[in-house]
Amino acid sequence: MTAVQPQGRTQSQSPMHRTPALSPPGTFRTALILLGKDLRLELRTLETVPAMVLFCITTFVIFHFALNRATISGQLAAGILTATLLFASMLAINRLFVAEREQGGFDGFLLAPVDRTALLLAKAGALLVFLVVLEVFAVPAFALLLLGPPLGPRLPGLVTVLLLGDLALAIIGTFVSAIAVQTRARDLIGPILGLPLLVPALIGTARGVGSALATHPVQFPAGRWLAITALYDLVFALLAYAVFDFLLED
Amino acid sequence: MTLLAAPALPLHTAGKYVAGAYIVFVVMLVVYLGIMTLRTRRTRRELSELRREVLERQAQAELDGPGLAPRSAEQPARVDPGRAAASPERGSASSEREAAV
Amino acid sequence: MSHGPTVRGLILATIVSTTAALALIFFYAPLDANQGFVQKIFYIHVPLAIVSLCGFVAGGLLAIGHLRTGERKWDLRSYVVIHLSLIFGITALLAGSIWAKASWGHWWVWDDPTLVSFLIVLLLFATYQPLRFSIEDPERQARYASVFAIVAAAFVPLNFIAVRLSQGFVHPRVLTLGGGNLPGPMRLTFLIALLAVALLFVTLCLFELQAKRTRIGLRRLRRELLGEDAVRPLGRSAAPS
Repeated sequence: MTAVQPQGRTQSQSPMHRTPALSPPGTFRTALILLGKDLRLELRTLETVPAMVLFCITTFVIFHFALNRATISGQLAAGILTATLLFASMLAINRLFVAEREQGGFDGFLLAPVDRTALLLAKAGALLVFLVVLEVFAVPAFALLLLGPPLGPRLPGLVTVLLLGDLALAIIGTFVSAIAVQTRARDLIGPILGLPLLVPALIGTARGVGSALATHPVQFPAGRWLAITALYDLVFALLAYAVFDFLLED
Repeated sequence: MTLLAAPALPLHTAGKYVAGAYIVFVVMLVVYLGIMTLRTRRTRRELSELRREVLERQAQAELDGPGLAPRSAEQPARVDPGRAAASPERGSASSEREAAV
Repeated sequence: MSHGPTVRGLILATIVSTTAALALIFFYAPLDANQGFVQKIFYIHVPLAIVSLCGFVAGGLLAIGHLRTGERKWDLRSYVVIHLSLIFGITALLAGSIWAKASWGHWWVWDDPTLVSFLIVLLLFATYQPLRFSIEDPERQARYASVFAIVAAAFVPLNFIAVRLSQGFVHPRVLTLGGGNLPGPMRLTFLIALLAVALLFVTLCLFELQAKRTRIGLRRLRRELLGEDAVRPLGRSAAPS
């Protein structure tokens, strides 16, 4: 009995292995499986996220000396936090597809009768999780080391803005990483490709965080910055979805 | 709509900037055309080299081919008068070339 | 090449329109009330910028053609167009910088959202050739470059919108004269200048395409006539081959 899959591949059953007819998992389910694999891998090896956290904390210390300031607030604080998170994310982006590339994961995935977009979703999801975990550690560290005004009342606004920024980082980071991993200058191409593409999202995130970290009135970030970041996330997600298949062809 | 908050410079200083901007444009254009010219020249040179090489190989093939047949039968048909005089040496010359290859 | 009469006509049109534009710029267009003579840079800076941006978008469209058809000629066209747009863009940026210096005394100003957006777009497209160069397999190089070109072309309008929104509406020091508000003679001069730069761009594109096609054809001819070993290996190259 054969079942024809949307990708035109057939799943035939040999007489030797009679199992009930299985259809391959849908895109979303595949993505979840792959995401689980990546998260489990990270939990076991703890390669990426601790390094990112360390990088952030060290960078905050460097900024203390570079700026010669004990506390910062407002847009300056927002800029330093956003830029540090951005560069820390580059560490994760550089490593995102390396395992697939070096251990044949790409080939294995291409052979499977699944929608290729699942890989995009899975990797972007993994990157998003890494960034959220990073911020769980980095933002309190930032509040401890550098931030002047207290963090507590500002947290809801901050979390919202950072989450939208993380989405942009996740989508664009995955896209750029998929390109960079196939090149020879992997660690160089990723950042130089990704940073210009991230500028609009960075604008929204940094300005949003700036209004969240303002000294006097504790305010929720202006809707404009959230809107810019959210819209950019959406548009880029659609773009990445449209072209990702071409990056995975043999 | 007019430009905002941009005071007019006196003509002699303004002229320098305007000239500068247009000169930048011209320089970029000239440099680009120069690079293109060099590339075209290189391509033409390679083309003529290719042509020469092809003719050489054709000539060599003609010499080698009939060199296997008896010389007296072949010579008058293909060779120009200058070469005919050198024909007795051709057999040894071509075998030298084959040995070299 | 069957391009003979077309290219010749194009060269002629380019020369004519460039001459006309220069004549109009310096002898016809009136002096701006605020900026005076310095405003003349506008007629070279803005057309270069516009043509460059259109070129980037065109490069993305040509790349779509490549991904859809799989034919390498689209990739070659995309490459040449992006390459030339980058050169035109850098020139526009330099001219804009000179204009900024003449207008406000600084070689760079952050206040003009168009100039800033333009810089970001150039920084992005400047990575196009390093990206190509770092991928050795020609077919993959072409494919990845096309994907990048499409995304980057889509990025152009997004970036301009985002930067403009970030500037707010407080004291914009705008270098470009607002859309459609140019007085008659200035508008005519601007349009002719724009036409001249656009024709120049197209002419140079055709030149470069012809040159590249000739090199590719030469290589192929060499391979056919003299055999595989006569052809020197290309090594790594950013250009389509």
